[in-house]
Order: sequence, then structure tokens, then C-alpha cells
Amino acid sequence: MAKVPKPSELLPGISYQPPAKGWMDVKPDFRPGTYCNPAAPKWMEWIGYPYPQARSIPDNNWGLPDNWQEIVLQGMEDRLDRFRSLKVFFDICVRCGACADKCHFFLGTGDPKNMPVLRAELLRSVYRRYFKKIGRVLGEIAGARDLSEDVIKEWFFYLYQCTICRRCSLFCPYGIDMAEMTLLGRELLASIGLNIDWAMASVAQCYDKGSHIGATPQAFKDMIDFLAEENERITGITTTPSYNRKGAEVLFVTPSGDYFADPGSFTLMGYLLLFEYIGLDYTFSTYAAEGGNFGWFISHEMGKRLNSKIYAEAKRLGVKWILGGECGHMWRVCNQYMPTYYGEPVNFLEEPVSPITGTRFENAKVHKMVHISEFTADLIKNGKLNFDPQRNAHIKLTFHDSCNTARGMGIFEEPRYIINNVLPEGNFVEMPPNTIREKTFCCGSSSGINASENMELRMQGGMPRANAVRFVHEKYGVNHLGCICALDRATLPTLLEYWIPEVDVTGITEMVGNALIFPDELERTTDLRDRPLVGFEEAAEEDAEEGE
Amino acid sequence: MDFFKRHFLVALAAVLGLVAVAYVGSQTKLQILFGVAVPYLAALIFVEGLVYRLIVWARSPVPFRIPTTAGQNRTLPWIKRSLDDKLDNPDTFKYLLGRMALEVLAFRSLFRNLRTELRKDPDNPEGARLIHWSYKWLWLGAIAFHYAFLVVLLRHLRFFTEPVPMPIQLMEHADGFFQFFVPAVYLSGIVMVVALFYLLARRITNPSLRYISLAADYFPLFLILGIGISGILMRYVYKVDIVAVKQLALGLVTLHPVVPPGIAPIFYVHLFLVCVLFAYFPFSKLMHAPGVFFSPSRNMVANNRWVLHVNPWNYPVKFTPYLQYEDKFREAMIEADIPVEKES
Repeated sequence: MAKVPKPSELLPGISYQPPAKGWMDVKPDFRPGTYCNPAAPKWMEWIGYPYPQARSIPDNNWGLPDNWQEIVLQGMEDRLDRFRSLKVFFDICVRCGACADKCHFFLGTGDPKNMPVLRAELLRSVYRRYFKKIGRVLGEIAGARDLSEDVIKEWFFYLYQCTICRRCSLFCPYGIDMAEMTLLGRELLASIGLNIDWAMASVAQCYDKGSHIGATPQAFKDMIDFLAEENERITGITTTPSYNRKGAEVLFVTPSGDYFADPGSFTLMGYLLLFEYIGLDYTFSTYAAEGGNFGWFISHEMGKRLNSKIYAEAKRLGVKWILGGECGHMWRVCNQYMPTYYGEPVNFLEEPVSPITGTRFENAKVHKMVHISEFTADLIKNGKLNFDPQRNAHIKLTFHDSCNTARGMGIFEEPRYIINNVLPEGNFVEMPPNTIREKTFCCGSSSGINASENMELRMQGGMPRANAVRFVHEKYGVNHLGCICALDRATLPTLLEYWIPEVDVTGITEMVGNALIFPDELERTTDLRDRPLVGFEEAAEEDAEEGE
Repeated sequence: MDFFKRHFLVALAAVLGLVAVAYVGSQTKLQILFGVAVPYLAALIFVEGLVYRLIVWARSPVPFRIPTTAGQNRTLPWIKRSLDDKLDNPDTFKYLLGRMALEVLAFRSLFRNLRTELRKDPDNPEGARLIHWSYKWLWLGAIAFHYAFLVVLLRHLRFFTEPVPMPIQLMEHADGFFQFFVPAVYLSGIVMVVALFYLLARRITNPSLRYISLAADYFPLFLILGIGISGILMRYVYKVDIVAVKQLALGLVTLHPVVPPGIAPIFYVHLFLVCVLFAYFPFSKLMHAPGVFFSPSRNMVANNRWVLHVNPWNYPVKFTPYLQYEDKFREAMIEADIPVEKES
């Protein structure tokens, strides 16, 4: 793996001065650390994707099919016919540059092709050349260029340096959405066999077994049972998750990040405690074991193929409605795509009603799926949860709005309401206003690029986020970054470890679980991570000494 | 010649060429061409081209409902949504209209614009940090240009109407309020030209912008600058025969075209550039004007979870059905006490 330069080398090295050569003449620099490996053929075979072949980026020959150009152009035409967005976004950009310094990858790399406007031009220039008379006739001076293998390589490089976060689309005066073009551009790449391994492996595993991490049903159950045991050890409370249980009222779906690794697993412990506390009649599914959807990062179709399992499983189990865990892109897909993927009213489910408070989630009456933050906020509002915020007193928190729940849904207040209830007063501070809510910065590793071989790129892309965290860390002593996104919990710890190691990452439901007072619990001296609570630091030290 | 110079100079040369064509042409016997044929042709191309492009756009469906949400969504009734939330994440058609109106009339998204810079900061271990601040200059330049252009356009209706309707007269009066020169100086024309120079200057001086700019970005700027400057020269310097110009204009709109003698060439230059602008419009980035109404990230109600959006080309996809999955893992599932559909 390529060595990542130190922060003190990386940051001063960023220059926003474009090169002297025109952008059409500059080829991408495939430096180790800045790109993702191409997908191994076996993953593509698993899901029936075309042109599986072992490929290597440094190789000059990427092994494209003979008629790759025809496939790409036909694919572009096809997508222009099927997506009005693509036509309009190709035609109306005025290159005003408002999006330029909004992209975290541009801010982190200084590469002008990471300005959303220019990233889009990489595709647009081909559109002009083959679909516009003026481009066909005038060529370069009309901003058009031939579709060469170099162009394909450039697409591969830069379309996987976009995390589909939509920050550019927020600032665009016409709402031009790079995310949409990136998704469709990736579809074109996939049509000639070019995919990235990290995303493709996750997709294939999810398709085959049930989750991105490829957990078998028994492994899935083991992981969650283990977390339930952890809960019992720390709180004395027996949480009893069930699996594939027919007749449960609610199917709970959460991303695999929440049961696979820390710190996401602490959030899952929080879910288990919360559901136990309120006595929710729910089940996990080992089949629809993945809330996240890396398929959507590859194509709209693959997004649907993975997503379809959720409704199918809800139907099979006969649940009334679905509860979704903390995840960003999962909720972009669930909110803006899932009912449309399904295509008709989901009549086998009921309009979600909280069995504890009786609240009808009318805003989900077609979707039949409720966000855990909505659900929890409603419980708190109705006085159903008893908290000891002091148990979170060691957490000085700031909140990272995930791009997808921010700009693809609009869930801002619920997590903040929960935070304010589970933390002592004064322990929550916001980052600067231009870096949160709808203007939030991406973690820099979303959309399937949270691999390890592109670590330098990830650290660059996450720089604006880390920069804002550093600000509140220094000013207010913030030591935790909260989020409602499992991908964030997988990527932000690495990012912060690099830029600002004093800050940890936590899910919101982890803090809920930590603060919940059960009537018959053990005396609590630690949080769910076995860290001593405020006032119990000495006891913890003694324990540690005894242990030695 | 580098990329920037090539695109800049081609656009400049194109506009200067157009000026020359009109200037020379109008002094020959081709006045009927420049005064009548070209305007009609331009109007035809504009209308046909515009309609064609809108149909091309409209023919493609909108498969998914993908508004860019920029405020709290509709959720639990007690979670208050401010007016901003409702406009930036519209949950009803009413607020969608509000969002679009703000976008189209006030350039809402551009108003949000920020500038982000990496500044040296000795206190930071890496020696620098990002600073974000509100940056309204682009919004101001854009809004000044567009509204000034609108007023200029409307003001020109006095050439096409007889008698001139009261609102146009009033507007003209207001526009020429500052009478520091004879004839009264129209603010709109000045504002438009100044704003255009700003938009051009930022394109050239900002390295990133210069890097992405194409001839198609400079051309409309030069073209409209040419229109503005020729108009200003005509009014304040060369004093074109207004009566004759109006005769020509009225002739055009009443479909009884005439070319009165004695109109100075500068008028034909002005008219020709306007014609080129109209004819160019439907094939250019100027289509951002109607385009914003077609933008799915802006023109859709964010009601995904309670109103079904149907994708007309939705098709069944292949996914692993549950039973196939169970077949694969049945034994292990039984062993792990996970319920199964079939015991063997």
C-alpha cells in the first residue's frame, strides 16, 4: 500500500492553481494512493456484470472489449433517453464556477478536474462530440473531444473521486447535480467492465449472502448475539434480538457497518438496548441484512437489485412496517428510490405506527419505513425514555450531518433533538455554520471508495470535514464527532485518526443506549465502550490494576 | 496558442466579425437583408429552436424524484419547520412554487454562495486551515445583469408599440430618473454593461474559471456586450434617426416590413447582434433560462415517502430470492436456530 504523506506534508502541498496546459491535454496521474483497484473478475461474475477480467491500472492496456466505444456511446444515448436530468444537466451548465470550491475533493486535492463543473465537462465534452452538431463540426473549440481510451481512464479516475454528496448541486443556480452524472457515468464504465474492487466486492457479497461484508446467516447472528452479550456484561440487561422471525411487528434493517466493526457496533448495542427498553416486537433478517446499498454506487439497476430484498423480506415475514437504522446513503436510496424501485403501493405493509406512543408516521405512509432518529425522537418527546445524561458527560460532541440524509432527505432536527436529550447541557456544540446541515462536508470516502489502496485520496477528500472538526476541538474541546451514518462510522475514525486523533466517532443511538436507565440494571461505571464514566475514573484504574 | 487564448480569441473574433459583417453589409444595398430578412429568420430560429429543445428535454422521463433537499423535511408534527425549511425542502406544491420562484426571480442558490480558501494559520499544526465565508458578488453581478437586461428588453417595446403602453412609459421614466446628461441616461443599460464586464473579468482573472471557460462562455458575453455598447453609442453618441428606427420596428411586428432610408450603420450592427443572440439562444448554454424549470433537483416536491413516484421504464430486476438463499444456508441456519421455511 502506498505510504500516505503526513498531514503536515499534505496540507501545505495543496495548490488551487490549475496547470498551464489545457485540461483536455492533461492526463490523469494514477499515483498509488489516489485510485481504487479495478474489480476482481469473480465479483463481476457473481452478479453477472459484463467483461470480467483481471485488470491493473498501471497497465497501459485495460482490456476493454473491442467495441467499447460503441457500447459507451450507445449507453450514453440510452441514458439520455431515460434520464431527463442527464440531458438537462449536460445542456444548461454556464460554467459560472459556483460549484468549484464546494467540492471536498477539489479543496483537498486542488486538482481542477475535481471542480464539479469540470468533472461534468469530462462527460459533457464527449456528449457534445457525438450528440451535438456543433461539437461534431467544431470539435475542441466547441468544448468537444473524441472518446478515446484516455478519456475512459480519466472518467474512471475522476468519477471515483466523487462521493455523490451533492454539495455542488446545492450551490448550483440550476441545481445541476454531479451525483446524478457520476452515477450514470459509472454505469457507462461498468458497461465496459470497469468497476472498482471495493464496491464490487461489497455488492457481490450482499447479492449473494445478504450483506456487504458477506456474513453468512449464522455469522450475522453470531455478531449480533455477541453485541447483546456485551450489553449484558456492561449493563446487566439481557437484550433478546430475534432473527427471521415471522409475525414480528417491525423488521429492523441497518447497514452491516453497524454490526461489523467498532465504533458502529456500539451503535448497534444502542439499538438493542433501546428496543429492549421499549419492548419493541421486532426482528432482524439475515437475508435483508444490509441497509446500505453499494449497488446504487455502481448503477441504478444494481441499486434496485440489492434494495429489492428489503420489501421482499418484509412481505415474507409478514411484518407491519420497517424500521431503518442510522445510515446516510441507505436513506438516500430508501427515501428517493425505494418506493419508485418497487413501482407500486406497498400494500402488504401498514402505515407505520409507533406501538409505544401511538404516533402515526404519516410522512412514511407510502414508504412504510421509519428512520430510527424519527422513531427515537418521538419516543423522547412522549416521555417514554428515561435518561441519565451524566453517563455521556465524558462526551463533548459535535454533529456531522451526513451528505445523503442532509441533501437527499432533510433530516436535521431529529438527531439534534436526541443529542440534546442524552447529553448534559453544554456538551453539544455545532461546527461552523458553513460546514453543517445542508452545507455539510462529506467524509470523503463515501460512494464505495472507502477502500484502503486509495487512502491518500480519502484523507484529502475528508480534509474539509476534519478541518471543521479541528476548529471545534480547539475552540470548545470537542472530543467526539456524532453522526447518523454507518459509512461515516467506518470512514471518519480513519480520517480523524489522520487529521485530528483526539476526536472519536460515535453514533447517536450509542449515546441513547448509554444514557438509558433500566430499572433493573447493574450499577454503571463505564459506557458501552468500557470507558469509565465521569466520576468513576479511579474505579476503572483500580480495576485495571487488579487485572494486571 | 493555449486553451484559454484560443477560446477567448475565437469568441472575440466571432463577435467582431459579426459586427463587421453588419457594418459593411448595411452600407451596401443589402439593408433589406439586415433590416428585414435576418430579423425574421432569427425570430423563426429562436422559436423553433426553443420549442425543439424543450420537446427534446420533455421527451425524456424523470425516472426518480431527486430534489436536492436543503432544509428540514416533513416529519413529526412537533418538529418545527421554518419558512426556509419549507422553501428549501418543499413538501407541497405550494412551497415548490415558492422554491422555483425564489430560484428564478432571486437566484436563491447563487445567493447561498460561499468562498472557501486555504489560509496560512501558524496556530494549526499543518500550518494552514480552510476558511469559508459568504460570497455574494457573483450573485450580485448575475442579478444585476439579468434584471438590467430585462428592463432593457422591456424598454425596447416602445419601438414596437404605438401608442406606447403606460407601463412601458413609466418604466422608461424611472430608468431615466437620473438626468445628468441629455438625453436622460438609462441606468439599466449602464448596469447591464458594467455587470457584463464584471462577469467577463472574473472569468479571465480567476485561474480556475479561466481554466474551465470555453468559447461558448465568452461568445455570449462579447455578443451581449456588443449589443449593449452599440445601443449606448447609438443613443448618446451617434444619435440614430429614432423615427426611422421605429418605423422599421413597427413594420416588422405588423408584418409590413419597410426599410426607411437614412438609418446609420451602427443601428444595423445593433440589430444584427440581437438577431444573432436570438438565433444562438436555443443551441447554447443560454438555455439555462428555461432549463432551470426542467431541473429535477429543483422542480420536484420532496414528498417521496408519502406520494409514490412512478418510473415509466421501471423493469423487474434479478435478485437472489429468499428461498434460493435459504437453500444455500439451510443447514447452518437450522443449526444456529434461525427459523427456516423448509426443514430440509
